[in-house]
Amino acid sequence: MVFGIGSGLFFSYMPFLKLNGMPGTSYRILPGEIFKRLTKRLHIKIKAEKFSDPKKAMDELDRALDKGLPIGMLTSVFYLPYLPAAFRFHFNAHNIVVFGKQNGNYLVSDPVMDKPAEISYDDLLRARFAKGVMPPKGKMYYPIEVPTPTEKEMKIAIVKGLNRTTSDMLTIPVPFFGLWGVRYLAKNLRTWDKKLGTRKAGLYLGNQIRMQEEIGTGGAGFRFIFAAFLQEANEILRQDLFDEASAEMTVAGDRWREFAYLAGKICKGRATSDITYPLLADILLDCADKEEKVFKKLRNLKA
Amino acid sequence: MDKDKVPQDDENLLEGKFAVVKYALDKNGKYVKVQSVGWEPENVALKQAWEVINEKVEEARKRVLSGEVSPLAYWIEKNMMDEKLVGEYMGFSKWKVKEHLNPQTFSNLPQDLLKKYAEVFKITVEELVKIV
Repeated sequence: MVFGIGSGLFFSYMPFLKLNGMPGTSYRILPGEIFKRLTKRLHIKIKAEKFSDPKKAMDELDRALDKGLPIGMLTSVFYLPYLPAAFRFHFNAHNIVVFGKQNGNYLVSDPVMDKPAEISYDDLLRARFAKGVMPPKGKMYYPIEVPTPTEKEMKIAIVKGLNRTTSDMLTIPVPFFGLWGVRYLAKNLRTWDKKLGTRKAGLYLGNQIRMQEEIGTGGAGFRFIFAAFLQEANEILRQDLFDEASAEMTVAGDRWREFAYLAGKICKGRATSDITYPLLADILLDCADKEEKVFKKLRNLKA
Repeated sequence: MDKDKVPQDDENLLEGKFAVVKYALDKNGKYVKVQSVGWEPENVALKQAWEVINEKVEEARKRVLSGEVSPLAYWIEKNMMDEKLVGEYMGFSKWKVKEHLNPQTFSNLPQDLLKKYAEVFKITVEELVKIV
């Protein structure tokens, strides 16, 4: 529900923007935007602070925790020792929730984990004050006013969230975003192996898989979590449209998974001769077509 | 994806620390959260990303051992950093970090500066100056 109201679903492919030598690609909107849109649409008031002094940032955290508040904050994944080594890259826009203290350690709810973790004062300080691209600068935030939405307000929030997503996916008039982005990726990917050679093309594919499955919470580059949101939306808006759209989005998601599965075979050098880059490109085009039907169905909703 | 088809391809990348959550359909077609310990294509892609990093680290190690660059070069790669980022932690420019990549310059650095570098990489000064 949060993902849907916050219009989290997206697609972008910006080959001119390289991250660690890989084309910039994402299956969701920018970090922080889901939260921003959600709180706006549900009229939740948030207090957010940044700090220049790490000690002060930790003191403020302790003070807020003493009030019994769960505190959201920005951290660098690289400095979170409770995560497995293989996951720890330099990424500074990782949001976690600190919800208490135990034996001098902080209790953390991390969105990639299915259970709470613990982190020491020094480690948390380091993670909150990582440097580099988009430094977190100790940013922390917590709700100060959470009104209970009426049914009407919920309906409006859901519809607003969906309308933004369908418009983002269908109508941004540049080829890098939304379904145009998927088709643009398909066009480029079709000749990756010819243009880049086997090794680099394989690395590009691997990057695409990671953005889709490792970063894309819930599987299929957030398509499944979006389909789950549509089911929840149906419980509130009571229109068969949503269940139908959800089922169709699941089919599209399964197709994305097939893309990742076959791409993985190529990465591993285990692909049979029928698994080729053009085949992968065709699957992407099919994903775009399937999603287009879903978004057109959901377009211009009214609460 | 159906609930009973959620892959469980464990290659210990999660080190048994947790499971990731996938969204899948139960037998009534309702979305539920299902725990997963991994999926082969994800594992392949993640390992591939680490291979690239490890190659760079190994490359740096060789250049350090051959006396071409100072051990700093190794620790920068090992921490997936670059001169600019290390400079930010040290409080000076990437050019100064680059100067310290010269083995001669590096071996004459004062102890307090070595200590600061070691702290950036979360290692001891002994580890910093000696690569094996």
